[in-house]
Amino acid sequence: MTRLWNRLQHRVRSSRKRPVDQASLEDARSQVNRRLGQVAVVMMLALLIVLFRFAQLQLFEHDAFAARAENNRVELQAVAPNRGLIKDRSGRVLAENRAAYRLVVVPERVEDSDVLLNTIDELVGLSADELERYQQGIERARRFQPVLLKGNLTDEQVAILALQRHRLQGMEVEPYLIRHYPHGSALAHVIGYVARINEQDLARLPPDNYRASTHTGRTGIERQYEALLHGQSGVERVETNARGRVVRVLERTDPIPGENIWLSIDLDLQLRAIEAMGEYSGAVVAMHIETGEVLALVSQPGFDPNLFVNGIGQVEYQALLRSPYRPLFNRFLSGGYEPGSTVKPLIALAGLDAGLITPETRVFSSGEYQLPGHSRRYRDWREGGHGWVDLRASLEQSVNVFYYQLAVELGIDQISRELALFGFGQRTGIDLPGESDGVLPSRSWKRATLDEPWYPGETVITGIGQGFTIVTPLQLALATAALAGQGRAAPPRLLAIEPRKQMIAHKQEHWQAVHQGLSDVINGPRGTARAIADRMNHPAAGKTGTAQVFGRPQNEEAIPAEELPEFLRNHALFIGFTPLEAPRIAVAVVIEHGGGGSTVAAPVAAEVLDLAMELF
Amino acid sequence: MLRSGFWSEFRLRLDPVLTVLLMALMLLGLVVLYSATDQNAGLVIRQSIRLAFGLGLMVVACQVPPAWYRRWAPWLYGAGLAMLIAVLWVGVGRGAQRWLDIGLFWFQPSEAIKIALPLMLAAWLHQKKLPPSLLDTMVCVLLIALPTLLIVQQPDLGTSLLVAAGGVVVLFLSGLRWRWIILTMLSFAALAPLLWTRLHSYQQNRILTFLNPESDPLGEGWNIIQSKIAVGTGGFNGRGWLQGTQSRLEFLPEPHTDFILAVLSEEFGFIGVFVVLAFYAAILMRAVYLVSRTREVFSRLLGGSLIFLFFVYFLVNAGMISGLLPVVGVPMPLVSYGGTSAATLLAGFGIIMGLYSRRKLMD
Repeated sequence: MTRLWNRLQHRVRSSRKRPVDQASLEDARSQVNRRLGQVAVVMMLALLIVLFRFAQLQLFEHDAFAARAENNRVELQAVAPNRGLIKDRSGRVLAENRAAYRLVVVPERVEDSDVLLNTIDELVGLSADELERYQQGIERARRFQPVLLKGNLTDEQVAILALQRHRLQGMEVEPYLIRHYPHGSALAHVIGYVARINEQDLARLPPDNYRASTHTGRTGIERQYEALLHGQSGVERVETNARGRVVRVLERTDPIPGENIWLSIDLDLQLRAIEAMGEYSGAVVAMHIETGEVLALVSQPGFDPNLFVNGIGQVEYQALLRSPYRPLFNRFLSGGYEPGSTVKPLIALAGLDAGLITPETRVFSSGEYQLPGHSRRYRDWREGGHGWVDLRASLEQSVNVFYYQLAVELGIDQISRELALFGFGQRTGIDLPGESDGVLPSRSWKRATLDEPWYPGETVITGIGQGFTIVTPLQLALATAALAGQGRAAPPRLLAIEPRKQMIAHKQEHWQAVHQGLSDVINGPRGTARAIADRMNHPAAGKTGTAQVFGRPQNEEAIPAEELPEFLRNHALFIGFTPLEAPRIAVAVVIEHGGGGSTVAAPVAAEVLDLAMELF
Repeated sequence: MLRSGFWSEFRLRLDPVLTVLLMALMLLGLVVLYSATDQNAGLVIRQSIRLAFGLGLMVVACQVPPAWYRRWAPWLYGAGLAMLIAVLWVGVGRGAQRWLDIGLFWFQPSEAIKIALPLMLAAWLHQKKLPPSLLDTMVCVLLIALPTLLIVQQPDLGTSLLVAAGGVVVLFLSGLRWRWIILTMLSFAALAPLLWTRLHSYQQNRILTFLNPESDPLGEGWNIIQSKIAVGTGGFNGRGWLQGTQSRLEFLPEPHTDFILAVLSEEFGFIGVFVVLAFYAAILMRAVYLVSRTREVFSRLLGGSLIFLFFVYFLVNAGMISGLLPVVGVPMPLVSYGGTSAATLLAGFGIIMGLYSRRKLMD
């Protein structure tokens, strides 16, 4: 090849016929050096440009770049505060933060995701919900961030996973705090529950304070006192690398834990009320008359609020929704019931106040009542009537005719005014979200809602708490407290107590006359609730009531409750207070489909009143 | 090969000034490397061994008589081309085929051609009347184009750029007339759209990103932006050795290889950059001085080209770090981690020293 090269060079040289002499060689050398000099100048100029460029970046734009470097590496991370505890009035814990273990997976450390998930499924079992949530988490998280696979592990599961750790590369079992309601369904409708923060919560909650929080109060006290319970989130200034992994904590402001709150609820009384209700659905409200403190607040059936904390499964949720007993429905807060005969003391007071009757006024109960010029007959609950009765006896025996007549004499406007004084048709303002208004019947209400005039017959049944009147058990309890306190009561509250005020001004002898009648309901020889007198250690007063579920056709015999299907049976109501002198405790009981107020609702009230008297 | 009297004539032909400057630069590089690798001493030792190997290559290269180089030029060039063709068929590598697996280690033929091409060109133009005739120029252009296009096929844009630059500068040094130079540049400008369509899409993206890095700050623009942040945050004094957050927290891509100058800028600030630039300037100037003192056209063309190759390495890298030029995978010469380019460049300096030390012996 060398020879070929020489020949080639020779040929090129000779072809051009230009011998290279010493002089032109010298030219060539100096030519190259001249150009070499030019190249050297260019190189030095380029170096200078580079130097200027670095000066520009490092000296003149330094501040901007330094700030960007700082933004690069320093991140603010919120630290969630511990949620405050909820306790009953004697400090027994109703909502706590329990240390639990959860299983998380760090995607970047997993070799084969399918194998890992299968192995974990074999060991501790994974539900479809858990797997779906995990897949969503994987898509959202960065590779090094742990993704939740299974929460709230049992001790046994934790032990199994610890033993099999070597097979589970990329899995971690980490401790965390989970909201727990030790008394489960007993207080589900009072305490409510916390749930994972969702889109709607995000729109409502102050974003700065919730950056690190995963849960928020969804219902009940948890929702009502979210601001108190949540606390103030803390901040960590952390140094992160380019992939966002925290390298170290630079500075930390500790979160301020949420406040512990003491509810007015007494756990013992609450549990006793639930026990007394047995299998029935319904509501019990017991409150302290002077302070308005709610001592027991029951809506049965309840549900296990712990199911909702980390998202309830579809199957379980559907079961709750489909149950005919509607366990998710808050009866004391949103349940609307006819007050039935429990309204009679209020009608009596209105009559006394208007001067239409006196405690001595006697009315003859023949068993039915007819408006003049109308054919419709309004019945007494006892066939053949009660004979001549005065006010006391009318309450004791719950004589309908007495109140049909009184109601007609009062007229709907006066009745409406009286019931409004006792709080009908308005929320009690209890510190729980979602309270219902109930219905206070009046001409204007009927015009506005049904666009119809008020008919006289409607006044008649309003006198015995039927027709349009709808109350919540809480409203009934407040009315009872006002009744017991001779017009003075404080609205029901679980935490934020409000002062007692004069709700209704009636003459003292009127109150006393009604109280006597109410005492006779339990203690009188013909009292509708006389059956509970024997079992009560503390004398109490009360009133039974029945709310119709199934209207009885005209001129037909009453069907005994036992013969009706359960869902058509009447609701049983009872309101009561104790002691007779200067009453302290008021209670309202609604037993759905319990039949008569005297047989089912009164015993529950008796149990609650008795225990309350022992406790307070 | 050994002749009688070899040892009596033997002397180490290193230029002490250039040798000291090169070693000082490499030492500085190792210091920065220690920080850029997150204090990985093992890696620094490995790099030291590679640099020592490069220095050995430099010593060997400077002992070889220039006439040998000239005589072996076509062989070396031919072998280089053959390997470049071979690499397209049997080459290995991730993404691009750049290496030949020859048992003991992977060998990169494009490195050999960086020296073989200037050697070939200088040998061709040796003892010609300069500036070169049209025919000679055409031959030179062909000699440059062959390896350049072969490397583009790998694809390795950075290396083809370096090889072409090392070749073109020989033509410039040979006194190519300015009007031809300008004519060529204009025709290249006219051909630019055609060349653009021939580029790989990732190469197109790099150029687009260079023009507006903020358009894609988390994707293609990331490297340029993070590099500029690292440089800028260094300020006058720098954050101090081992204190650079941009590299330590992995914001900088490839902090120990292509982006090591950004690490130096962040930790040693403008002062550090100034010192490093001063070293490069001193090395370039000393080398230019040595080459200008040789007598032969061959020596000057070859030496000038090797110096320019070193310069282009530096310029492309520093331009990339400071956002003046697009991101092209070219290391900072003698400072970045990696032994291949260091070996080539040190061999080149060895040749320059050899040429200088025999400046009166040739012919």
